[in-house]
Amino acid sequence: MKITIASGKGGTGKTTVSSNLTSYLASLGKKVVLADLDVEEPNSALFLNAKLVHSKVSNKMIPKWDATDCTLCGKCEEVCNFNAILHLPEEIRVFPELCHSCYACSELCPTDSLPMTPSQIGIINEYKNELFTMVEGRLDLGQEMSIPLIAQTIDYVDEKFADHIKIYDAPPGTSCPVIEASRYSDFVILITEATPFGLNDLRLAVETMRVLNQKVGVIINRYGIGDDGVEKYCQDENIPIITKIQNDREVAKLYSNGKLIYDKIEHFKASLDEVIAFIGGLK
Amino acid sequence: MKIVFTTKGKTWESSMDARFGRAEMFLVYDEETDKLEAIDNSATESMEHGVGGQSSKKMINAGANVVITGNGAGEKALKILKTTGIEFFTGAGEMSVKEAYEAYKQNRLQKQF
Amino acid sequence: MREVVVISGKGGTGKTSLSASFAYLAKQEAVVCDCDVDAANMHLLLDANFKKQEDFYSGEIAVIDPKICTNCGECFDVCRFDAITKQTDYHEVDPISCEGCHYCSRICPVEAIEMVTQKAGDVFVSDIKNGATMVHAKLGFGAENSGKLVSKVKRVAKELALKEDKAYVITDGSPGIGCPVISSLSGANLVVLVTEATVSGLHDLKRVYELTKTFNLKVVCIINKCDLNWEITNKIREYLKSEDVRLLASLGYDENFTKAVSVAKPIVEFDESCEISKQIKLSWNNIKNILKDS
Repeated sequence: MKITIASGKGGTGKTTVSSNLTSYLASLGKKVVLADLDVEEPNSALFLNAKLVHSKVSNKMIPKWDATDCTLCGKCEEVCNFNAILHLPEEIRVFPELCHSCYACSELCPTDSLPMTPSQIGIINEYKNELFTMVEGRLDLGQEMSIPLIAQTIDYVDEKFADHIKIYDAPPGTSCPVIEASRYSDFVILITEATPFGLNDLRLAVETMRVLNQKVGVIINRYGIGDDGVEKYCQDENIPIITKIQNDREVAKLYSNGKLIYDKIEHFKASLDEVIAFIGGLK
Repeated sequence: MKIVFTTKGKTWESSMDARFGRAEMFLVYDEETDKLEAIDNSATESMEHGVGGQSSKKMINAGANVVITGNGAGEKALKILKTTGIEFFTGAGEMSVKEAYEAYKQNRLQKQF
Repeated sequence: MREVVVISGKGGTGKTSLSASFAYLAKQEAVVCDCDVDAANMHLLLDANFKKQEDFYSGEIAVIDPKICTNCGECFDVCRFDAITKQTDYHEVDPISCEGCHYCSRICPVEAIEMVTQKAGDVFVSDIKNGATMVHAKLGFGAENSGKLVSKVKRVAKELALKEDKAYVITDGSPGIGCPVISSLSGANLVVLVTEATVSGLHDLKRVYELTKTFNLKVVCIINKCDLNWEITNKIREYLKSEDVRLLASLGYDENFTKAVSVAKPIVEFDESCEISKQIKLSWNNIKNILKDS
């Protein structure tokens, strides 16, 4: 069972919910793993009192210039659609950060002067605490593309934890990285807040998930301040509201200290019970 | 010396373009022949990435010794141009081409590299 | 014309609410620029009227003409993105997976593959409260947020500011540390980093600050929700001090912030006499002074 937790808007509580949900499920004896796919700003490890047990360098394949047989014909620059190869008077220059790894330059080069070689884009870290494992993808600063790392982190988790419930904490937004984090899951939970911002971004997120043909449910966080726009929208669109997490400064305070919440605050645990019941009902 | 300005037009009275990579035009001034030549760079406007590389290549092909611009060279352009001996001056983004040249001659611009 | 760009590493720190407040205070002295194109929100707080719209094109998708396709499978062999599938008697491209690299199109022996530019979003110019103008955008579904749309929004905003002789451009930047943020930062005279008094806030502040360092940008900081956790607020203050970054304001955790959003108002419009509004006004004045000297 693969569940992606996403939200259009940032800061709605994806990481709070996914970390707490995973911890709670683990404490109930379930086999569960958490994957933090917000590779530009992975945060989950801050909350989980876990030890780093394994690190794996994440690479993407890029062309590397071998001057030996190169005739400087410039075919490589011609076939690169991403300006990642520059044909200069005396050399061929590759920009690794722009390369999409399509292999066109390498395979169409008449002299085999651009063999594809691995180049680091980030790292996949595996953390363990006494209850469960968490895997994060962490993009190197200066890397411009997050999707290859998101895909590799998902593959890592799928292979190593095949029989676990997999919870994917998606990056914020509704564009390609979120699509990558959501497209192979069984279900997507969207977290929002009951404000016009929350509603605006929820609509965008729902539209995105619909094009992916993904089944969707909503968690309304910080319920109590704001308006009923989100609730009305979900009712009109027949989207299940899985639970409403009450607005509570104590919750915010625990979060600010990087602490888990479900084991200290009853209403929060009750909300997670509703999420677990809902997930159970999915199978 | 060949001096290249990042501009929005083809004459000494034209406005400078503060950008390098996506500058609308490059105006090449050959101090020896006193001639101005325009290189159209507008195709870079619609490119998503890697314009620094493309624009740098234009500098090398034009035989530039000095580039005068506004904001400066971005990361990719820096990587390519730093090793060529081409000098980069910034701070002329809001001037006319003529004013930019005078500012350069009077050492009032900043040298990026 | 001077530009201030407001960013935060992580979402939810209050960046957009603050940018909207600055915009409200600036009145007609500024053009407002919403670069958070993936989840644009500022228009909600500023009563944008979407008076002008322009299609935004970016990226290409390969399209195979089934009538010309001979089903040879060469395209399938070269595609690294699993974007090509075999149908009964032709091959087909999945637009969601296609990266637009052109490889298949270049090698198709019967030229059955065309590269088609995609509409990737919309750019809007709006009148907003206080008589100012805002440039904003909406990224299309599945479109790559490459920074190109952000560049376009910035360009339109700056051109407008020059044409109408505005003193400032106030830019609400994108979250994260990737291309859209880098694009948001391009040409900024001042960057305002908004963070919150939480462990995540400090963690993400450091990452995004490193980014601004690589571009040599002038940076100041605002800590939001500072009284939620004084220990962390102090850690943030120490960090800023060690990096010589000026702290512009420490704003307390105030439910008025959210209440204002609920009624679609920047907090300085919702309640101008509350403590936070006063601090935001002071911050804006300080920002103007820094910009004038830059």
